[in-house]
Amino acid sequence: MSTVAATENYSDNVMPIGKMGIWWFLASEIMVFGGLIGSYILYRLASAGAWAEMAHHVSTTIGAINTVVLLTSSLTMVLAHAAVEDENRQRAKLYLGLTVLGGILFLIFKAVEYTTEISHGFTPLAGTFWSFYFTMTGLHGLHVIGGIIANLALFVMAARGTLWPNTQKRVEYCGLYWHFVDVVWIFLFPLLYLSY
Amino acid sequence: MSSSAAAHPAHENQLSFVRQYIFSLDHKVIGKQYLFLGMFMALAGGLLAYLLRWQLAWPESAVPGMSWIPEPTMFQGIIPPEFYNAIVTMHGTIMVFFVAMPILLGAFGNFLVPLMVGAPDMAFPRLNMMSFWTIFTAAMIMLASFFVPGGAASAGWTGYPPLSADAVYTGVNWGITLWILGLALEFASFLMGGINFLTTVVSMRAPGLKMMRLPLMVWMQIVAAVIFMLSVGPLIAGAVLLLLDRTVGTSFYAVQKGGDPLLWQHLFWFFGHPEVYVVLLPGIGAVLEVLPVFSRKPIFGYKAIVYSTIAAGFLSFIVWAHHMFVSGMDFDLVMPFSITTILISVPFTIILLAMIATLWKGAIRLATPMLFALGTLMVFIVGGLTGIFLGSASADIYLHDTYFVVAHFHYTLISAVFFGGFTAMYYWFPKMFGRLMNETWGKIHFALTLVCFNLVFIPLFKAGLGGEMRRLYNPFEYDFLKPHQGLHQFATIAAILLMIAQLPFLVNFFWSMFKGKVADRNPWQANTLEWAAPSPPPHGNFDTAPSVYHGPYVYSAPERKEDWQPQHQPH
Repeated sequence: MSTVAATENYSDNVMPIGKMGIWWFLASEIMVFGGLIGSYILYRLASAGAWAEMAHHVSTTIGAINTVVLLTSSLTMVLAHAAVEDENRQRAKLYLGLTVLGGILFLIFKAVEYTTEISHGFTPLAGTFWSFYFTMTGLHGLHVIGGIIANLALFVMAARGTLWPNTQKRVEYCGLYWHFVDVVWIFLFPLLYLSY
Repeated sequence: MSSSAAAHPAHENQLSFVRQYIFSLDHKVIGKQYLFLGMFMALAGGLLAYLLRWQLAWPESAVPGMSWIPEPTMFQGIIPPEFYNAIVTMHGTIMVFFVAMPILLGAFGNFLVPLMVGAPDMAFPRLNMMSFWTIFTAAMIMLASFFVPGGAASAGWTGYPPLSADAVYTGVNWGITLWILGLALEFASFLMGGINFLTTVVSMRAPGLKMMRLPLMVWMQIVAAVIFMLSVGPLIAGAVLLLLDRTVGTSFYAVQKGGDPLLWQHLFWFFGHPEVYVVLLPGIGAVLEVLPVFSRKPIFGYKAIVYSTIAAGFLSFIVWAHHMFVSGMDFDLVMPFSITTILISVPFTIILLAMIATLWKGAIRLATPMLFALGTLMVFIVGGLTGIFLGSASADIYLHDTYFVVAHFHYTLISAVFFGGFTAMYYWFPKMFGRLMNETWGKIHFALTLVCFNLVFIPLFKAGLGGEMRRLYNPFEYDFLKPHQGLHQFATIAAILLMIAQLPFLVNFFWSMFKGKVADRNPWQANTLEWAAPSPPPHGNFDTAPSVYHGPYVYSAPERKEDWQPQHQPH
């Protein structure tokens, strides 16, 4: 067995522990949404006709607007990350605030959508498509709420200036999560809104 | 890095009692909390085992000592059918999720992983504390579910709908909802734990500790963590759907309204089968640590074991439908899943052969940990061989859901949890509590456990081959099963003896904790890093941060005077 002297510290070669923790967390999240999306696809393939009929009643327009809103908030998240790295407090505040607003806007559109659908009788009990629709968008919505809360906390920290010098990495970690929430929506949008 | 770990106060005497022993951030204290939780839950699971064994041997007669359980749960010690269903369900749930996982992953994983990689603590100590208190809450919810109207969950530990989806079938409403809730929290707890283990091993290893120098226990823990993390997601999704079916009234699993109960079986076993390996691997890991130390030989085929473990972890994701051969799923799936199931025995055979080859011509010292390690090996081989019968669809169609299956998985899980767990307990006890356990009582405990365990489960193989289905409240209502009553009475008496045989352990455990012989740092003359720390290690673990110069199993090197060489010593 080789007995090379230990010189390098292996801990220095890899990413920070916070980032790695977030990546493992996202890996497990992918499997949660993966299980849900996989179940949805299999059910959909098994009963194509009836579901396509139900899928006609979702609002593609609001879904498309929400896609734009969420993608834009991902952009502002990246800009916030860059601003925080530059230690530019004003811009960090601006972009974190915009990201939070994007999330809230998404939820408002979603609420309008839910209201319209339910008032037309398309409740979660109106058929298995609708059950899946509300479960998947609902679980995604909970993740959006979580992201809004986290970003809001970062916004407050940026406003008070307490983000620097030790905790600014959190913006990057939160950004990874926010992009993940975005990516989930990128899967949900075609599956639920575009595939009739 | 390690801003959170380095931020640990070294001055632990300043911490209050609550911060030091209850809401502790120290991975060793948290590990012990997991251990005591697991042992406590084992008492609950063991009590349920006693009840169900009695019912199977002398059906519908009063269970001795149980007349205190009030109606309508039991009637003067007689178990009604509804409660019998709850007993088998909760016995399985508690033993797998609240005994096996807390002890093997929670307790030994938490205690050993940072020590074995030479880190001062876990990567995220607060997350670690949260994961313990989450599973504690989950365990309390599970126990509380016995006391709600209708009693505890009774749809089997696999929770198949429609039984689990609608209270009409079982008469249990709140019990099953609480069961789902408790499991969800348990999953969340071990996800947090897994993230911690993986991050700690990847980012916080001591200088010089390459991945291929890691002790095999650490490899087993991280492969188990990855398997758990990647398999539990779909079941969490499935549990959300089941909860919605129960509470909102959706119809994901209800055939009459367009759902499909098979979806649950797929999602459950996509997790459920990898879960077997999540529990098994740490038990195997403990054996792999003990064998080289007590035969004074390097482990045979370190790399082969590591690669086999990874291969087994991968394969474990594509075998799940072998639990569903008779479920009515597509016949075209039967052959592929049979093949993958038989295939997974290859990596495990490699690991077992490596274990046996490690013993070959070693200077074997039959101390209690070694005895339990050999016991694990022996029992697991029986469990593995009977698994081949069940993996082949043609045999499984006959054996499915019989006592053969029950005996098979008790041979695999008890080998890992019971024998593997006791291997770890006797081996690392000096490191955990700073004192040695009594050897004589340990050996008595081992002999009684090994004999009684086999006496419980060998008759069940025969009962299963005779066509006896499990989960029958009173099997002897069927004429063709009447001749099996003798087998069951034999198994029940052996099971009671097996439980009595644990008393020497319990006495030994608590006596040694306070009165045992004081252990030095390295009582077994082992190489891995945890033995470089004081016994028991203080908060922060090592006096000086260790560096690693070679692999963990350098024993009996010819050029050395001592027959061991600790990983942190250059030459």
